[in-house]
Formats: sequence, C-alpha cells, structure tokens
Amino acid sequence: MICSDMSESIHAYLDGELDLSRSLEIEHHLKDCPACSRVYAEQKSLRSAIARSSLHHEAPDRLRRDVHTALRQAAGSESPSRRRWDWRVLWAPLGLTALALLVVLAIVTRPSAESRLSEEIVSAHIRSLMPGHLMDIPSSDQHTVKPWFNGRLDFSPPVKDLASAGFPLVGARLDYVSGRTVAAVVYQRRKHVINLFIWPARNRGGPTDKTLSRDGYHLMFWSQDGMSYCAVSDINLAELDQFVLLLRGPE
Amino acid sequence: MAEQDYWGVGTKDKLTRFEESMLPHMDAAYNLARWLTRNNSDAQDIVQEAYLRAFKFFGGFRGDNSRSWLLRIVRNTFYTWREKNQREEDLINSDDMVENLQSDAPAPDALMLRQADSEALREAIESLPLEFREVLVMRELEGMAYKEIADVADVPLGTVMSRLARARLQLRNCLIDRMTRTAEPRSGSQPESPKTRLTQPARKKD
Repeated sequence: MICSDMSESIHAYLDGELDLSRSLEIEHHLKDCPACSRVYAEQKSLRSAIARSSLHHEAPDRLRRDVHTALRQAAGSESPSRRRWDWRVLWAPLGLTALALLVVLAIVTRPSAESRLSEEIVSAHIRSLMPGHLMDIPSSDQHTVKPWFNGRLDFSPPVKDLASAGFPLVGARLDYVSGRTVAAVVYQRRKHVINLFIWPARNRGGPTDKTLSRDGYHLMFWSQDGMSYCAVSDINLAELDQFVLLLRGPE
Repeated sequence: MAEQDYWGVGTKDKLTRFEESMLPHMDAAYNLARWLTRNNSDAQDIVQEAYLRAFKFFGGFRGDNSRSWLLRIVRNTFYTWREKNQREEDLINSDDMVENLQSDAPAPDALMLRQADSEALREAIESLPLEFREVLVMRELEGMAYKEIADVADVPLGTVMSRLARARLQLRNCLIDRMTRTAEPRSGSQPESPKTRLTQPARKKD
C-alpha cells in the first residue's frame, strides 16, 4: 500500500525539487516501505523510458520561415502606422521650435552687458552721492590721488586735474562695479558731481565709445590705452562731452 | 515600447532583440503547442500567433526567463484557441480515462515500464487530461523546474507537484493497461485492436 503523504513527495524527490532534509526523509522512508519504493522504481523506469524516446517535437522548417516572415510584417506595419498617428513624434519638433523661440527671446530681451554695466554705474554714482560715500581720499591734487590708488588696485588709473577747465578734481575712492574693484575719480562742475570710473579694458577694444542716458544721468563710455572709462553725472550732456574731450584730448 | 518607438527607429532594434531572445525557444514553443493540440497544423498556427503576440508585448518583458515568458504566451494562445474550437474529445478524454485506469491495473512491473516504446508513450501522454499533460511535457520533455512550470501554467508550486504526481500515476496505469492488453491477445489475429481502443477519442492526424 502507498503511503498517501509520500506519494507527491516521491515525485518531487525524483525531480530533485526537495531540500536536503526532506530528501533524506524520503530516502529513509523508501528503505523501509516496499510499496513506496516500488512506486519510486516504476517512476524511475518511466522516466528513463521517456528520456530514451523521441517524444520531443521539433519546430518544422516551414514554421520557422512563417514566423520569420510574420514578424517582419508585424515590425514593418508597426512603425509607419505608429508614426502617422503617434502624437508623441510631434514633441521633438515642437520642443525644438519652443527652445529656439526661447533662445531668441532670451537674446532679444536679455539686458546687454553694456546696459547692465551702465545700470551698475548709475547705482554706484547715486550711492556715492549719499553722505560720506563720495570719497575715500578728498584731494584736489592729482599727485596725491594717483599714488593713493597704489596698493589698493591691481592697475594704475590715470588721474588728471581739470580745474583750469572748470572741472576741479575733488578726490577719489574705490568702488565696486560689475564684479570688480574699480577706481572712481571724483570731479566737480559747479554743484554737480562727476564720477569717472576707470578699470582695465578686459578685451581688446573695451567698450566702444558710447553715450547713454539713464534715470536722468548721462553716461559716456570710452576706452583709451588699455583702460576703460565711464563718466557719469547729471550735468547736461554738452558739458559732460566737454569733460570727456578734455580728459581724452591732448594726451 | 514608448522609448524605442520614439522616431520609429527603434523598431528594427526591437525585432532584432526579440528574435535573439525568443527564436531559440521555438522548439520548446512548438513542442508544448504540439502536445497541447496533438496536431501539427494547429500547433504551427498557435506558435505563429504566440510569436506575434509576444512581439507585440515584448516591450513589457522585463524578466530573465525568456523561455517561460514565451511558453506562457503559447499556453494562453492555446487556451484562447481552444475556447473557440472546443472539442468534445478533450472533455471525454479526461475523467473517464482516470476512472478506468486508476484502480484495477494489474501488478506493475518496473522493468516493463522501462521498455515502453515511443509510440506507446506518445499515445499514453496524449490521452492525459490537458492540465496533467502540460505539466508532464514541461517537466519531462523540457526539463523545466517546478517554479518555471508554475509560472507558465499560472498555478501555485504545490499544484504543479500534485498534478505531476497524478499525471505520472495515470501515465503508468495507462501504459500497463496497454501493455498487458497487447500481451494477452497475442494469439488472436487483431494486433491493431488495443491501439485503436486506447486512442478512441479520435485524434486528428497530422
């Protein structure tokens, strides 16, 4: 008689699907139980008969060819129909167009380096007009002012007194514009202050000559001998122009 | 699937990858379909359809066992096909045979079973009910582990074990029945009769 709780385990044992302890249990039982060991012997015979037989069907060549063809058709029909109806393919051109537009917009609306610079200069100018901010060294002597910059800047800004022309030098200070320390030389025209910002020209030409107006202030940019200049004041443009011409003039 | 089909350029790639992982299992796929349908041309239809389905869903294949994945689709394709072409024989086949053969088979002989030839085995296996036949074929002819069979047949591991045990028992009884019957009427002049009797549930020939 067959031990009912063993009958399935014998097959799992035969198939090597049992863990070690369960396998040992079965082996032990098979020694003691003739009925189970007979079942086991039969199943081993059956298995070897199947192993010897030619029961495994192999795929016919025709099937291989058919599948090969059918898959190619499926792959072929999959892509064009998808491409025609698939909205997702629109994303790439749309995305590119949007990106291009953004870039153009950014370029168009981006404050130019120059306009940012002039904004900062106007701010610096206004700040300097607040009490106690105008000068680090009050002096009308260009030979006092110029050496004062030594050791405070990594460049030596030219300092010129224009008192004889009605633009007296009144002093100088260090200022901070557009990420660097610059020289600010202060002149006066009647009761108006003119700030002259000086810094080394970064690239070959530096800012080209340019006159701007911003918030009621006039700014004049130019470059000379490797230095960049910006004169800023609320005096009228003609006078500022005269000032700049005097600075650039003879030398 | 989405990322490969973005520009449609992924399609060729997909086909190549599909063929590399799935075509090596065509023998296994056909073997299973052939044993399930017991018919060559139905098996071919099912394998072809299964491959097309598999290709369609290949994007969702993340597993490591491509054979189990494909065989599962073959099996599902077969069951869908069978629902459409339901045959009486499958129903007759199963339970009657179990009843007939289970109990009163004569004293077994391990040696006798060892000598069962391919034809006898084939007929005996084909006479098994579907759910027994499929686990037996996957285990004995494909050498699959219980875990893989459970994945393909979508049943728990314990069910695989018990179905396999019952399938083998039935197979053994069927073979012994057949062999004793062929042995007995040796004297008679009807060597074909036991065979016809056993294959009574008409099989569609290739």
